[in-house]
Order: sequence, then C-alpha cells, then structure tokens
Amino acid sequence: MQEGLYRSEFEHDSCGIGAVVDLSAVPSHETISDALYMLSNMEHRGGRGSDPKTGDGAGVLIQVPHQFLKDITARTEIELPEAGSYGVGMTFFPKNKQLFQKSKELLNQLIEELDFELIGYRSVPVDETVPGSGALEVMPNIEQLFVKHKKGLTGIELERKLYVLRNYSTSEINTKIPGVNQSFYFASLSSQTLIYKGQLRTDQVLAFYKDLQNSRIESAFAIVHSRFSTNTFPNWRLAQPFRFLSHNGEINTIKGNLNKMKSKENLMKSKYFTDEELSRLMPITDKYKSDSANLDAMVELLTLSGRSLPHAMMMLVPEAWQDNEVMDRERKSFYKFHASLVEPWDGPAALLFTDGKSVGATLDRNGLRPLRYFITKDQRLILSSEAGALPIREATIMEKGRISPGRMLWADLEKGRVLFDEEVKGEICRKQPYEQWVADQRIKLRLEDSPKTLAHPYSTKNIKKQQTIFGYTSEELKVVLSPMGDTAYEAIGSMGADTPLAVLSKESQHISNYFKQLFAQVSNPPIDPIRERLVMSLFTRLGQGQNILEESPKHTRQIHISQPVLLNEDLEKITNMEGQGYRCATLSSLFLADHAPGRLLEALDKICDEAEKAIAEGKNIIIISDRNSTEEYAPIPSLLAIGAVHHHLVKKKIRTSAGLVLESGDIRETHHFATAIGYGASAINPYMALESLLDLFEQGKLPNAENQKKLFSNYQAAIGKGLLKVLSKMGISTLQSYQSAQIFEALGLGPDVIDRCFKGTISRISGISFNELAEEVLIRHRAAYGTESPVLEQGGVYQWKRRGEKHLFNPETIHLLQKSTRLNDFGMYKKFASKINEQSKDALTLRGLFEFKKRISVPIDEVEPASSIMRRFATGAMSFGSISHEAHATLAIAMNRIGAKSNSGEGGEDEIRFAKKENGDWERSAIKQVASGRFGVTSNYLTNAAELQIKMAQGAKPGEGGQLPGHKVDDWIGRVRHSTPGVGLISPPPHHDIYSIEDLAQLIFDLKNANRKARINVKLVSQAGVGTVAAGVAKAMADVILISGADGGTGASPLSSIRHAGLPWELGLSEAHQTLVKNNLRSRVVLQTDGQLRTGRDLAIATLLGAEEWGISTAALVVEGCIMMRKCHLNTCPVGIATQNPDLRKLFTGDPDHVVNYFQFLVQDLREIMASLGFRTVDEMVGQSNVLQSTGHLNHWKWDKVDLSPIFHKVEVPDHVGIHKQIDQEFELKRVLDRQLIKAALPSLEQAMASSGSFQIKNIDRSVGAMLSNEISKIYGSPGLPEDTINFKFTGSAGQTFGGFLTKGVNFELEGEANDYFGKGLSGGKLIIYPSRNAKFRPEENIIIGNVAFYGATSGEAYINGKGGERFCVRNSGVQTVVEGIGDHGCEYMTGGLVVNLGEIGRNFAAGMSGGIAYILKEYITEINPELVDVDILEAEDFNTIKTFLKRHVKLTKSSLGTAFLEDWDKSKEKFIKVIPRDYKAVLEKRALEQTKSLV
Amino acid sequence: MAAKDGFLKYKRETPTSRDAKVRVSDYKEIYEPFAGEKLNNQAARCMDCGVPFCHNGCPLGNVIPDFNEAVYNNEWEQAIKILRSTNNFPEFTGRICPAPCEASCVLGINKDPVTIELIEKSIAEKAYELGLIKANPPKTRTGKSVAVIGSGPAGLAAADQLNQAGHEVTLFEKDSKPGGLLRYGIPDFKLEKWVIDRRIEYMKQEGVIFSCGTEIGFNIKAENILKNFHAVVLATGAGQPRGLNIKGSDAKGVHYAMEFLGEQNKVISGEIKENPISAKGKHVLVIGGGDTGSDCIGTSNRHGAASITQLELLPKPPQVRNTLNPWPEWPMTLRTSSSHEEGAERVFSVLTKEFTVNEAGQVTGLKLVDLEWVHKDGRMVFEEIPGTERTVPCDLAFLAIGYTGPTQNGLLESFGVEIKENTLPKSKNYKSSNSKVFLAGDMRRGQSLVVWAISEGREAAVKVDEFLMGVSSLPQKDESFFQVEEKIEG
Repeated sequence: MQEGLYRSEFEHDSCGIGAVVDLSAVPSHETISDALYMLSNMEHRGGRGSDPKTGDGAGVLIQVPHQFLKDITARTEIELPEAGSYGVGMTFFPKNKQLFQKSKELLNQLIEELDFELIGYRSVPVDETVPGSGALEVMPNIEQLFVKHKKGLTGIELERKLYVLRNYSTSEINTKIPGVNQSFYFASLSSQTLIYKGQLRTDQVLAFYKDLQNSRIESAFAIVHSRFSTNTFPNWRLAQPFRFLSHNGEINTIKGNLNKMKSKENLMKSKYFTDEELSRLMPITDKYKSDSANLDAMVELLTLSGRSLPHAMMMLVPEAWQDNEVMDRERKSFYKFHASLVEPWDGPAALLFTDGKSVGATLDRNGLRPLRYFITKDQRLILSSEAGALPIREATIMEKGRISPGRMLWADLEKGRVLFDEEVKGEICRKQPYEQWVADQRIKLRLEDSPKTLAHPYSTKNIKKQQTIFGYTSEELKVVLSPMGDTAYEAIGSMGADTPLAVLSKESQHISNYFKQLFAQVSNPPIDPIRERLVMSLFTRLGQGQNILEESPKHTRQIHISQPVLLNEDLEKITNMEGQGYRCATLSSLFLADHAPGRLLEALDKICDEAEKAIAEGKNIIIISDRNSTEEYAPIPSLLAIGAVHHHLVKKKIRTSAGLVLESGDIRETHHFATAIGYGASAINPYMALESLLDLFEQGKLPNAENQKKLFSNYQAAIGKGLLKVLSKMGISTLQSYQSAQIFEALGLGPDVIDRCFKGTISRISGISFNELAEEVLIRHRAAYGTESPVLEQGGVYQWKRRGEKHLFNPETIHLLQKSTRLNDFGMYKKFASKINEQSKDALTLRGLFEFKKRISVPIDEVEPASSIMRRFATGAMSFGSISHEAHATLAIAMNRIGAKSNSGEGGEDEIRFAKKENGDWERSAIKQVASGRFGVTSNYLTNAAELQIKMAQGAKPGEGGQLPGHKVDDWIGRVRHSTPGVGLISPPPHHDIYSIEDLAQLIFDLKNANRKARINVKLVSQAGVGTVAAGVAKAMADVILISGADGGTGASPLSSIRHAGLPWELGLSEAHQTLVKNNLRSRVVLQTDGQLRTGRDLAIATLLGAEEWGISTAALVVEGCIMMRKCHLNTCPVGIATQNPDLRKLFTGDPDHVVNYFQFLVQDLREIMASLGFRTVDEMVGQSNVLQSTGHLNHWKWDKVDLSPIFHKVEVPDHVGIHKQIDQEFELKRVLDRQLIKAALPSLEQAMASSGSFQIKNIDRSVGAMLSNEISKIYGSPGLPEDTINFKFTGSAGQTFGGFLTKGVNFELEGEANDYFGKGLSGGKLIIYPSRNAKFRPEENIIIGNVAFYGATSGEAYINGKGGERFCVRNSGVQTVVEGIGDHGCEYMTGGLVVNLGEIGRNFAAGMSGGIAYILKEYITEINPELVDVDILEAEDFNTIKTFLKRHVKLTKSSLGTAFLEDWDKSKEKFIKVIPRDYKAVLEKRALEQTKSLV
Repeated sequence: MAAKDGFLKYKRETPTSRDAKVRVSDYKEIYEPFAGEKLNNQAARCMDCGVPFCHNGCPLGNVIPDFNEAVYNNEWEQAIKILRSTNNFPEFTGRICPAPCEASCVLGINKDPVTIELIEKSIAEKAYELGLIKANPPKTRTGKSVAVIGSGPAGLAAADQLNQAGHEVTLFEKDSKPGGLLRYGIPDFKLEKWVIDRRIEYMKQEGVIFSCGTEIGFNIKAENILKNFHAVVLATGAGQPRGLNIKGSDAKGVHYAMEFLGEQNKVISGEIKENPISAKGKHVLVIGGGDTGSDCIGTSNRHGAASITQLELLPKPPQVRNTLNPWPEWPMTLRTSSSHEEGAERVFSVLTKEFTVNEAGQVTGLKLVDLEWVHKDGRMVFEEIPGTERTVPCDLAFLAIGYTGPTQNGLLESFGVEIKENTLPKSKNYKSSNSKVFLAGDMRRGQSLVVWAISEGREAAVKVDEFLMGVSSLPQKDESFFQVEEKIEG
C-alpha cells in the first residue's frame, strides 16, 4: 500500500563511466587495476547518502578471467573446463539463510531443466568491513556459479542458452519462492564477461572484492561505472555496469518504450531461440528494472538474436538523422528503416558497451554527457567521463578526442584497432538494401493525392452549438486558437495560474486538464526545441508492427506522417489506402446522453471490443471519431477513448497490429494534443478546431492568415512547435518516442479510470470516476442543446471573468490586500485572508480542502516572536528586466529591513545596490540567482550574496527557457546583464553545466568555492518525483531546497505551460519532505516552498507539510501595486512594475513600508494559528503533517472522492532522524587547491603586488580559481586587480571548472589538459592552455578542453592550443578567445565577446547567438545556424583584430597552427569569415551612426 | 485586447455638452454626438486587464474589455452581441448610469478611466443605426405565462428575458405608458423618452404584452393574476419617499422631488399640458445632494427659477480620492453634474431645522444651521455650530433624500408576500414567500440604480424560468452554463 507521495519509479541516477582497453587483446592485471584507479578518481561523480561510507554503487566489468578462476578453484571441488566452454555467474543470493538455500535449490533444478550441468559454486571472498552500514545491511550472499551446457556449446550459442537460464531462473526464483522478492539477481552470467559490483563507493570496489586485488586476475579490458543516485535506499542490483553496458544518463521515454515492448514481445520469433525459450525470456523489459537495466536488456536481446552490438545500439539510440541534410543516404535509410521497428530510447546517454570481445562507446543524439578517449602508443584505449582520471604519460599519447553527439567508437579487439563512427556504421548500413526497402515500402501521407471532394467538408454553420458541446469558450477562441491560426505561434501570457485544479473546478473541465505535464529537472536536461531543432522530430507513423528480431522489406511498410495534426483531407487520404494495404476501421466514440449511470463505461467497452474485432478482421488503422453527436448521444472525451482503446490493445498484446488515429472535436490546444499522443494517438484530426479557425478567419479576425491553406498550416505549425516544447521540456527529442510514453501525472482521476484508460500513469491524488467524467461532458451537451442558439461561454481562465473560472486573486482580494497594507490595518488583512482561505473552502486549491485538527492551544505570547520568524521569508526570483528597478529595489529594501531575503532574479544586479544607503536601507538582494542564462554572474556578484540560488526550473514554465525581448533591454539592463541594449536575450532551457545530478553537485561546489559563506539554494518545481530529485540535491550538498509550486508567476511564458506543467506546492513539498526524511537527509537541508502563498494559514500548512522557510512573490507585488494585469510580457504594466518604459515606471507607487506591513500581518496571522495549534516554535511545527486532515464538509460530487491522505502521511522515523534542518552540509573545501593559490597570492591580496607560482593539478582539483577570485572580489570588488598581477602556472589534467569565475588581474596558464566547464563564468581573468610540452600529438588535432567552456563568462581572455568540445562559449557575454576547433553548438546563445576559431566548428554553430562576433573558417559555413546571424566578409578592421589575437595566441601558447596562419597571413586571412548576429549588428551600426552624428 | 498601448497614446475624451445657457431652454439631450475614430481611440485605451475590475464594478457584469475591443475594431455586430448578452437596455444605461465601471477601471489608478459608458451608448446607438437590433421573437413558446407587475427597468428586463425564454409575458403598468422611473423619474435632458419607446416597440414585436394604465389591486385583483398566470414577478419599485420630519414640512411649496420630476416628464411627452408645480421665478431649495436633487436643479433651471440652492447634510467631499477611499472603491468625491453646471448654489454640512410658513400655509423660508462633523467612538457624527443659525428664503422646496421602500399600498400583501421589518419583502434568490411570486428591482433590494434594476430583472427571470421549466437556459451574471451542479442529475 502506497501511503505517502514517494514512488520508487521516480528514482534517477547518473554517473561517471570509464574503460581501459588493451587493443592488442592481451589480458593483464594492469588493465583492471588502472580501470579501478580511474574509477576512484571519479568519486565526485558518485553519490553518498546520509552515511558517508555508503556509496550509491560502483562496479567493474571484465572478461572472464579463465586462468585466475582455474587457479583459484584448483584446490576445490570445482573443475573448470576449457576457457569459453562454461558460464560464470556472479550471483546475488538473498541474505536470509533459508531463502538463500531455497533459491539455490531451485536454481540447481532449473540448471538441470535447461540442459545445463552444474560445475559448482564459489563463495566470492569479500571484506565486509568495507561497505557502509546501510549497504552492509542488505548485502547479498555473493557466489560465483559455474555451469556448462550438456551439449558442450561454446561462444554465442552458449551465451544464448546462458541468457535463457539467467532470465528464466531470475524470474522463477523471484516469483516462486515467497519472500525472495526481487532479491535474487545475476550481476552477470556469461562465458565472456564477469561483473564485480555493489552498493559501494568508487574506492571500495577494489577493497571489497578480494578477487580484484589478486594480481593473477586479468582482462584485456575493463569497464567501470560510478553511480550517483537520487535515493539512498541501498540496492546492490542497481549498481552498474550491466551485462552489456554502462550508462551515464537516463532514458526519459522509458514508460513508452516499456509499453510498446509489451506488444512487440508478442510478435517475436527467432531462429536462434525456440518459442519455448522465447517465452522463458519474457518479459524482456519490465518496470522493476531501472531504465538503464531495461536498455541493457534490449541490447542483449537484439544482440543475441543475431544483430551485431553496434547495430543494436544504432537501433535503440539513433543519432539525429531526420533533418540532417549532410548524412549519407545509406545511413539515413538505415535509421528510417529501423524507426519502423523500434522507437528511440531517448534521453541523455553516454554508453560504454561490450559483448565480451570488443568495446564500444556512443553518445545519444544530444550528446549531453561527456566522454573523452585517449589512444596510446602501447595500444591502449582509455575512455572516461573525465580527462585525467587515469594519468597517462603525455609522451605516450597518440590521440585525444571526445565522442561527439550521436557518434560511435568501436574498439575491435580482433582487428586490434579502434574503428570510428564512419567505419563502424558504414558497414552496418550497407548490410541490407535499406534504401531500396524504404523507397519501395514507405508511404508518405504528404505525397498522396488529396480527395477531390471531402466527405466531411469544413462547415461553420451551427458552429456555436458544436463548439459548446466540446466546451469551447469565447476566451479560448480569442486567446488560444486565434494566435495559432494567425501567427503560427502559441500565445504568451504572464503571472501565475491561480485557478483551481480541474478536479476542484466548478466549471466543466476538458479531460486533459486532469493531466499535468512532467518535465526534466536536475536528473536530465530539457532541450531547446527552437535553437536545437535539428535534434528534434515530429514525424509519426501508422501501420502494423513486426517481429523486431528479424528484418525484411515488410518491416518498413508504413505510412509516414510528417507531423501529427491532420486536416480533414489528410484523414480521408488515410481512409482511402485500402489499395496499398491499409484497411481502416472508424469507430464511433459517443455515449448515450440519458444520464443513466454507467453509460460512458458501456460505450468504452463497446469501442474497445470493436477495435479488437477490427484488428481480428485485418484492419490496421483504427480511427476513433466523435463526429455526429446528437441530442441523444454525447461525445466521449477523445483522450479517454484513445486511452481506453490503447490500453485494451496493449493488454491483448495486439497494440502494434494497428495504428490509432483520432477524429476529434474536443482536441484543440497543444496540451490536448500532447495528452492524446502521450496515450497512444499517432495522429489527430482536430476538425472542430479547424472549423473554429475557419469561422474566425471568415469573420476577418485573423488578418495575417491570407487564406484557408495558410490558416491551417499556421495552426499545424503552432501545434507542432507547442508539441516540440512539451517533448523537449522532458528532454525528449522525437514525437515517435513520446507517443504513448505517458509522461504526465494525473490529478483527481479515480483509480478505475487510471487502470482502465491510463494504466501506469502516476496518480497520487485520486478523484472522479467514469460517471463524473460523463457528467462533465453532459453539462456541455446540455448547454448546447438547452437553447436554440447557444452563446459561447466566456471562459475566464486566462483573465478573471465573473461568469468564469474562479481565481484566488480577484477584484475583491486584490483590493483588500492593497488597502489593508497601505493603511496598516490588520483587521482588514484578516478580511483579505478569510476571503482567500474561504475561497479555498470553495475548493480552489488543494490546501483549501485541508483543515487543522483540534489541539491544545498555548497563549500567543509563548509563541516565538515575530522577529525570529521574519528571517524565514524570501521574495521570489524576479529579475531586474522583467520588473522595473523601482519595484525590484522596493522589495529588497523591505526584506532587508525585516531581516528576510529578497532575490535578485536571473538578471544580475547593479553593483550600486551592494552598498547601504545613508538612511540604512539596503537595496542589495540577499539571494543572488544563478539561472541558465547566467546574466551578470561574476565573481563579484556571487561574493555579494548571503545565498546563491540555482534555478533548476520555474513554476510557470518548468523545463523551458526564457526570452527577454530586445525592447525591454534598455541601457541599464544591458549593462547589468553584460549585453547589448536593444538586443533580445535568451535563457536556455537547461543549465548547460547541469545535465545530471553529478553536474549539479559540481555547480554547487563551484558556487561554494566562489562564496564560502553563502547558502546554496536549489530551486525545484513541484512535480511527481521531485522528492527523489530533492534527495539527490541534498546529496549534492545543497544547503536549501526550494520546492516551487507550478502556479508561481512569470514575466512571460506560453499559456499552456503556465497551466499544464507541474504541480501545486502542497504535493511537491510533502513528497520532498517525506522522501528526505525517509533517506535521513532532511536534517541536512532547509526546505523552502513558494507558489501562491498569501496568508498565515498558507504558511502554517506549508510548515506542517515540511517547509521551514517560505517565499512570497505575487502577493508582495500586489502589495506594491500590481493589479494582475497579466501583461508583463508586453512592457505595458500600467502601475510601473513589470515594465521598463520610463513613463510607466514613474507611476510606480509601491512603498517598502507597505511590504513590511504585509509580512508583519503574515507573521501575526501565523503566530495566531501556531498558538491555537499549540506550537511554540516553527521548528517544532515543521513536518507535523499529521496535524492536517481533509475538511469534513466536502459535499460535492466532484471532490468528495479526492483522497488527500498521501499528502498528510507522516513518515515514521526513529528519534535521531531529524525532520528539520539541524546539520550543516560537509563541504570538503579545506584541502582544495585554491588554499595554496590564496597563500601564494597573498602579496597581491594584501598589497596588490604581483605574485606568481607553479602547481601540479589533477582531475580531482575542481573549480580552481573560484575561491581565489572570491578573496579578490571581497577586497577589490568588480574591478579586481590590475592586469597580469597574479601569474599562476599549472601542469597536469585540470578537473572541471578550471578558471571558474576567475576575476580580473589573474592569469592561469595550464600545461596539460582540462575537463568540462573550462573558464565557466570567467570574470575578467586570463586563461592560457596548451598540451604538455612532452606530448607528441599535434595539438590542433586533439581535444584539450572539455564541453561547455566559458559558459556564462562575462569578460576576460583565453588562448587554447587545441580543440574544445561541445557548446564552446555558450552564453558567453564578453570573453575574447582563440581556439583551434570546437564541437557542436558553438557560441550558442552568445551575447558578447569574440571567438577566433582556427579549426572545425561542429554542427549548429551560433544557434541563438544574439551578440558578439565569431571569426571562423570559410569551409565550415554550412554548419552555421543562420536563424539569428549573418555571415559577412571581413574588412580591414576585422583582419587587424584577428591578427592581433593570433599573435597573442602564438606568443602565449606557441601554437604551431597559429604560427602557420601568421606566416602565410596574406593567404590565410582569406580563409576567414565573420559571423555576427543580425540584431546586434543593427544596434552597433545605429550606435555608430549616432556617435558620428553627435560628433558632427 | 484592443490595442497594446492605446492608453499611452490617447487621453480620455468625452463628448462636449451643449452650452449650458442654450440647453436650459429645452429638455433635449445635452451631449453633442461623438463617434468615428475618436471613439475607436477611446476604446483603444482599454488595457484588457487580467483582472478587469470594471467587469466586476458593473452590477450587470458587462463584459467591458470584450466590447471595447470590438469597438476598436469597428465590429459593431460583435459589440452589440457582447453588450446585449449581459444588458437588455444599453441605450438606457449608456445615458444615465453613474458608471461604477469607470470608477473601478484600472486606468483610474493613475490616469482617467476608459469612457466605458460613452462606448456603451455608442454601441447601442450604432446598432440601431445599422439595423443590428431587430425584433427577434422566440422560435418556440413554452405555453407558460408570466405576469410582470411594474414596467420600470427591472420589470422590463425581467419581461424581456422571460419572453426570450419562450414564455408569454404580460407587463402590467399603472401609468399610461411603460417605463416606470425611466419615463417618469429621469428628466428628458438625461434620457429622452423616444429612447424608451423605441425599445418598447421591439419588445412588443417580440411578443411582450403591455397592459398599461392597469393598477393591480385596483383594476385587477391580485388573486386573478395569481390564478391566470403561471408565475408573477413583482417589480413595482421603492416608491415610498423619505420625508423630512421638521416643522413646516407639510406646507405648500414643499414637495417630494418625484412629484415635480414626474409631472414635468408628462408635460414634455404631452400627457398633460402644464406642470402643477412651477419653479418659475421662485427661490428653490433642493434638499438632498444626490442625483435626484440634481435633476430637480436642472428642471428648475429650465422652469426659470430665481435661485436654486442645494442642501446637503454631509460635508463637502474632496475633489480627489483620499487614502481611506482608494481605487477601485466608489469615489466619495465631489461630483458636479451637468445640472450643477447650469447653475445652482451648493451648501454642505448643513442641517434643516424648520420651514417658515406664511399664513396662507405657503413656505417662505428654511431655518438652517451649519454642522461640524467629528470623530466620536470610531464614527463620524455631526455637531451644530453655535451661532450659524439662519433662515434662507424659500418659495419651493424639493425633498430628494431617498426612498424607504415599496409604496405601502397593500400590493405585496395582496400577493401573499411576507414583508421584513424594514418594509422590504422577504426574498431568497428572488423568490418571495409565495412560491409563484418573484421579486425584482428596487422593490426587492431597496432604492438603487437603473443598472441594478436591470440586473435584478435578469436574475429574477432565471429563477422564474427554472421554476417553470426545471432548468433555465437564460444566462446569469455569475454562473456559467458550464458550471457543475452540486449533485449529478438522473
């Protein structure tokens, strides 16, 4: 029984991976020990729980060490046959002795049954003093099993049988023996590979497994993995490597992949496995395994059933091919063909894989995980997440590189060499005539002839009635549909949602509103669907699935649909394809509207039966249509119908026998499409939306749509963009893998509805059932038929309307709040509070359904004083830029007056605010935010903070980036953000230095170095699974975790994101608290919450659910004068808050006194509640969720089924487990390299004199320079030290964030190499890097710095003698640099600075670049993303610039490439072109013109 | 939204009124026409607020931002559709409403509010001009009949709505023409009566039966009404004027305002030849500082009064809002009506003590004393200022100090309707204590604005319709058709 909100399926992990391979295939012990040493150098990539000795898991995969095993078993009963003719099983038996025995007995029986012969068991020697106590508690009995096949099989034939034995025995033992309960496990069972792993820290693997210490154990390669998990529940199985692979990252589409696999399993046939064997293998994938383990299982299946390992990897994790125009046709055809077989397993992934003979590595299409390789003269290949993890003598290195997005490397030990992408894949792609197969078989819907006349022509007659049936409102037409038809974009809005959840609303709801979109935060990154469009795809397909274990032309016989929004003519095309083998069944999706209970369910039963029958009759396309409803029959909500049919077919294992299409009247906005596709639709004909658009068009309301064709294509484009946004916020790239991936949390639907139609969807707050869903339809149906000519309802969702949806902030509450705070009238505030709280009783929010249990009260003067509670307040992150200086500074002053904290927001902060005013007021924001845009994040900015907040997501648009339009960037804002006034600014969806949890740990470490005194706060948005993410964040050493409600405000967000993504804070906070307590991590972090908090009651509830600090934003703005115009994005705020218009700013009348009044009211209100509940301090109140209960008088059919008990669940823990913040995080800052640097820099720090020094550096020396810069900023502020004051030289492999936030006057010279985030946040310092002078390779051909260099850098210089990785100079706003080649997405979102690049540029260069200049080589012009930039030829001035920088580059690095360029300057200068953003150029030109004018 | 930044580009502009000296010689509307681009620009000032306070401030719930946008785009058909969806008679309210919507307009925080009332009137007139207002009788009839008693704005609105719902509606009016206070209370210079006639004509064409000159309880007995109709709506207003309980208030020349105003309207419409009360050449005192008082001033001026003085008990309000009375509250500021512009002295903080009366029983003067308002026990109370007692000349005095409730003529009792202590009938959801009798307008809520009366009529109609049919498809101002009921039917 699930009591609280935690679900084990929420768990995530991320990691460090590595491999050491001897290409000459000679097994050695050194290979293993080197790999383990490398593993121990990636400890910072692993995680630890509340017990520092218990790691999250680590392990190593090696070849079966035959000689070692033979030797070690020599004196035992075990007699090993020849190498390769027996299997070794690394077996985890249950800890319990009886279960152990029983398991073994059954295993022995199965060994016999499957024609194997038991050779014996060997107890694996381990040192039990090594693991942490948590890990030890659940440590399995680890034994090695030796078996041989009775028929004497070897090689892959033996592997296949071992595979069957392993899967079959695992499932039999785990299910047949009561109590085993998944605790029986094979880490490996193979004749080729052997895995040693466990719930260990990286440095414990060797110490724990004595075998590994034995010098006789040998292997030609070793793959290692260190795990960083969001949870700390010990589990030895989850450690990696798995049998075939090691995975760093996670699979976002796992649910869809698993669902689809169910149907695929049913169709499987193989010449390598008998049907009986296949059935013993089932299920291949299941929900009990982790995403990586499931991927491993897929790879294993595909490989053992006849495909090569690289082939299987290409199928499952394809590179971005759809819109890739330079990909060769054979390869593209390969991917096209396989897209018909299997959907991408999509998500960030760095993968190392092996079949026991060779070792491969690949990255997913986005390439968001780092993977570096080194090839040495002595025939060794070293792969690892970080350079330098295994020190290698530079002189022996032949080649250094990184795996690029989608690329593969294959170390073929038989051939004795490394095969690169082209060579590996080329061979595979040419194996079959894929191109021919696709050309012959594939049908492109787009290219089919349109029908001459339409069976369902578009009609706008009687449209109001039809619209009313489907619940259309006039507001939706205006706000949602019109912009899409007119401009092909989704509408933008501002401020947060303060309307009720669907299940609490008194307005009849669209069923999609019961679903909240999930999004990526921390554990994987969202994608930018605009700037990184090239990795995204919208195509879907229709047709029958086939046996994935084989391939034939028939496998690709499918209809290819380029995007999922079908016009009526498209749908008709589909119905007319009988000649091509597509037989359609159209099922009518209506139910009897006679109000009798059970009608809806009857109708669902009927269409499910019909669908099943249709498939039995050979139909392979099923269209579910809600056309032709009448007064007697009402339409079934499309989402319900598709969900029911989809899951029915899944259950019957015939889902892949037909494609599902919706002909739907109720689907109109992006979220509707997303849900319908998420639950199984391949394509949707939204006929009512199309007719509604046509109606608007005919009324002349859509002037930009020139004709019907354009109108519809605009709408299709807008929905397409919207869908890409929905996918990308989850980190998913293709619609194909999003389809039926069910990436939602349902809120307020009953378990019967979920089980029937949305099986597997996260649903923690149950609610209405089928009859109630029917009633919601019937309300609209009645409204349509109740009158002859219905008028559309007003809506009132996006704007307060009397007849519409309720809002917490309405004319009455806004007025009362403003008046009470201005008059300092507590009585009037109480009236306000009671309106808000009472409204809540009318069920606008979840907390509206809560009430306090009766408790013994205490006198209010025994409650802790207001002054001590005040420090627990923060205002929300609103950037200077989104709101005016006046509004921003007023909040800061008020918060500083009461000892609370205001938040800078993500737009930087003007330094003039850092000093106190004469009257003692302080405009400094105590919290400085670090968001994905990194605007103005300098060493000095970080230094001037009491708290640093990493914004992982924002409630109003979690998983999305932001944009500050150029017209809002005035001179002031431009200066503070280090950008060009008048040029728009983009915040990327992800932090480009946080693609997973260990990356966040790194950023936290960076910031802690940049300001040791500041608390590090990580802002998360409430959603299912936020608790596990929070646990990971706590383990990543955050001091504060903010759980933000999804209804928080925004300056500009797509309307659909404001409404449909994320959850209210009640759920997220409670889940986070429960999970943290469960993991004994709660006492290490402060838990904070925000999102439409307005009254003392809200604070009390938040506290009881686990929050000890609270953020207030919207209400504070209202106190300042905000009247919820919801026009922030237009810069026209009439009260001078969300605007930069100087005339409007003058109208601002906010006053810190009023804001202070409000916070005093809140505290007083809270103290009164505390007194009445008998709490004397906030600390003792935190997390006492059992004081809450559901209000007794829920008397409404819609919400009387809502079960809130999971929210109130109090996790029971022993007394010593703290449930509020009590223990400080232990940062290991004492021994960082910067301590030495600071010592060496004392002359500079104390007297601004020159200092210098030399230091050795290793990959574990991270964030070097940040702490030194912090010391300089403290003393010298943002001007720093005079140029070249400090000169430090480093030798070795630098860890992540080398030169991070390095400030002015400091030069770092590094001989060697560096990892990711080189020069992150560079704040004026100078970085010089070149390879070891002993290196023999050519610097310009080898990688020298990792990915994401100069992220968010604001000023400084850098000279790089070698190649950089992906996303070089991402969000750079001022650094000037020379580099000798870079990876994909270079100069992304750059807003200033200069890049001179002497080498290749990768794909998608300059995407989202809105400022700065890049000089690149002409030959790479095709790789530029031209959306924002122009390519210009150079003028004299440009040549001078390049030459100047080249000279410096050569002088500082001795670059041979640079020298070559300079030597032949006249010729080489012709090779350059200039990349400059269009808007930036225009602004520069305008300025130049103005200057000339003023001079004249 | 109309225009993104219209409010930054355009200033508030309203029609000019005819010269005060000229207009006092007639009873015609005082405003000059105002249309075309100028009007579009005024509509463009609307900010389409996220929380449109105007929409809340309007008792009818007029969807103001939406019709502003339509006007901005010159979409008159759309505009009148939106307007009529909440307001049966925008041509009335567009002329005589004190416009609480404008008082709560968000622009009013720091600028002049949008000219909502002007836009409303313009939409209505433009719609008539373009023929967009047509008789639109219901396509089907329910066979149910409803009697509406009283043809003021509440009765008219209820009748219009119920007729549209398909019921057969008979409107009973004691006066000879329908309209109630609209016709007999509001002077023509504020609302010319053809405006009412025009609307009544359409209502007749749509099937509403007008039975004028019919006073229930007099011409027809209540019990007959109850017998012959399926439901009854009482909307006879709150016609019981508040008296002035001082010595001499029964003297000749002391009148209730409505006696004077009502008769004047009959003169203008030709129902009677002459107003029995003439202000010509007289010293007129208007007691009461409200709108009715203003109307007395305007009418007295048109009669050619020698002097007009308006007396108000309360102190002179401030010119602008003070902190205790912030936006969006109704501003307690000094309002200068068009009638004031035409000439009248206004005296504030003054208490009437007694009328002086000559032997003929004719009033000659009024004793006054100035007041000082002071805070006492958290309330404002007045104290007389010693030594300020004086007598001002008075030939004619109009009492315009409000109404106490429905005219006490036994009507309510005859319908079996229970009355509360304060003379208003008991009501719940517009239902009286008699299950088939419904209440609407001033009669139910006490004296109020025309816009409230229309709202009352509309909301009461919904309840009548529900009573007759079980469910109603008539719109309500606060509840949408998509609203879920407490219980599932069936």
